[in-house]
Amino acid sequence: MENWRKHPLVFWAFSLPPSFWLIVFFFVPLTLVWGLSFSEKRGIIETELTFTLDNYLRGLEPIYLEILWKSILLAGGATLICLVVGYPVAFAIAFASERWKPWLLLLVILPFWINILIRTYALIAVFRSRGYVNFAYEDLWTAANWLVGLVGLSLGERFVPLSLLYNNVAVVAGIVYAFFPFMVLPLYANIEKLDRSFMEASLDLGAGHWRTFFSVVFPLTWQGALSGIVIVFIPALGAFFIPDLLGGTDSQMIGNVIERQFKSANDWPFGAALSFLLMYATFFALALRALVAGRRGAGALDA
Amino acid sequence: MAGLKSLLGLSRDESIGPLDYGRRWWMRLIVGLTFLFLYAPIVVLIAYSFNDSRRNIVWLGFTTDWYVKAFNNDSLLTAFANSLTIALVNTVFSVILGTLTALLLWRFRFPGRPVYEGAVALPIVIPEICMGVAMMAFFAWIGWPNDLPWPISLTNIIIAHVAFSFPFVAVIVRARLAGFNRELEDAAKDLGATEWRTLIDIVVPYLRPGLIAGALIAFTLSLDDFVITFFTAGPDTITLPVKIFSMVRFSVTPEVNAASTVLIVITVITTVIAMRLQNINKPG
Repeated sequence: MENWRKHPLVFWAFSLPPSFWLIVFFFVPLTLVWGLSFSEKRGIIETELTFTLDNYLRGLEPIYLEILWKSILLAGGATLICLVVGYPVAFAIAFASERWKPWLLLLVILPFWINILIRTYALIAVFRSRGYVNFAYEDLWTAANWLVGLVGLSLGERFVPLSLLYNNVAVVAGIVYAFFPFMVLPLYANIEKLDRSFMEASLDLGAGHWRTFFSVVFPLTWQGALSGIVIVFIPALGAFFIPDLLGGTDSQMIGNVIERQFKSANDWPFGAALSFLLMYATFFALALRALVAGRRGAGALDA
Repeated sequence: MAGLKSLLGLSRDESIGPLDYGRRWWMRLIVGLTFLFLYAPIVVLIAYSFNDSRRNIVWLGFTTDWYVKAFNNDSLLTAFANSLTIALVNTVFSVILGTLTALLLWRFRFPGRPVYEGAVALPIVIPEICMGVAMMAFFAWIGWPNDLPWPISLTNIIIAHVAFSFPFVAVIVRARLAGFNRELEDAAKDLGATEWRTLIDIVVPYLRPGLIAGALIAFTLSLDDFVITFFTAGPDTITLPVKIFSMVRFSVTPEVNAASTVLIVITVITTVIAMRLQNINKPG
């Protein structure tokens, strides 16, 4: 690397265009929303910067606090499921034969590149009362009903489909479906780097697979888990069309409230405050991760 | 049967080593179920775009009618044309800006470099909805007119897309630069080449696979984006994902499946090519 003073012209030629774009079309808009979050609504679209904290305080009203808490629960629950399922999947990929590994990795990554909105829509077709999960369940139910019918019992008058859509469970399933690959990739990267002789030693010395996992594997790969948690939890917390399409009336997340403030309720300062609450949470999570990763001296773009 | 047994890891012929997690049946069960969960809905969605039934429930035979119908739907076509235009222009800008960023961070030491690096990565990591509302507020604040003629009317969406795409290009190009032998650059300059000549004749040819991979990623990111476009776009400009969203909210018809399948096929093909180029990128 050379000092920028050696070739100042080249330096400016390289740095000005992207910096201009980043500042004008990213940081200015963000700052604007930040300013809005301390503003008061004056007219239909007029606002005035009054350095008020009212918008944030309004976010602490019970109704919004409940939505905030619900968002954290739904996003957190989905993240936990991703973590619990992600570990074995990442393990299976890391320990797969060289022939299978690239294909398994491709299978995990491929859904990334299918539009999240379309994947959410695909879930609706599978989950709805006349969808495949219910068809399979109906077949099982009919078979089971016939079986218990042989001994003179009945499971009920007729088949009642499961209501899998328009509730909180559907939202969690939708979030897991959307962000699962984000969890597997960092886990896989860390498990792959793991020195396997540690695991062999643990197993040789009599520890079982569970014990080996919790005492050896997890302590050595938790940074991957942390990365996965951060990159699943942050977008999950801000999700708005997943609860919109899959959730019921009581599965509103903070993203839905933000969307409403900007699109229909027209209370931009309040929407701005809520969206900056999300930003603060993001910064906190990133700082936490950087603190951990910083010990290894990794740059932000090297991830 | 033996093949199925060995696939499921049930075969006793070969003993399973202590670390052969990939061959344990419960591991395969979890992985199998996960892939079923990930892919079954998509397979069903694609299959039903060819189903000869309005109601998307029972299979009544093969047809391509829904594609014909989708291609005769004017607003869907407009949305598709908008999406492609935005994605193409976005690709050009993102590749240029991303490559400059990568070269800057690769070549120069300057005050505030770590902060700059973090700032460039920020559009990748913040929640999409935050960026979406920021763009919406920004264009309202500068008084962006809603009645511009096409394709100028797409400019605001393109600007927003470039802002989140070029950092991704920067990451990809930088990965390629890591394997570049700087002595080649020095040699060119020793032989009298100017900065510009060196860049065009030495650095850019070396970067080509990275540039193409970055371009394809920028293209798909833009084509796929829903959230940021949803907030940035004016009432009269729609893109394919935004159109699909409004269609999904009203009804679930095979026409939506057909439009979705077209988008899936384009993005998956583009990405697979990009990933193959990424593999060439790996230094060494």
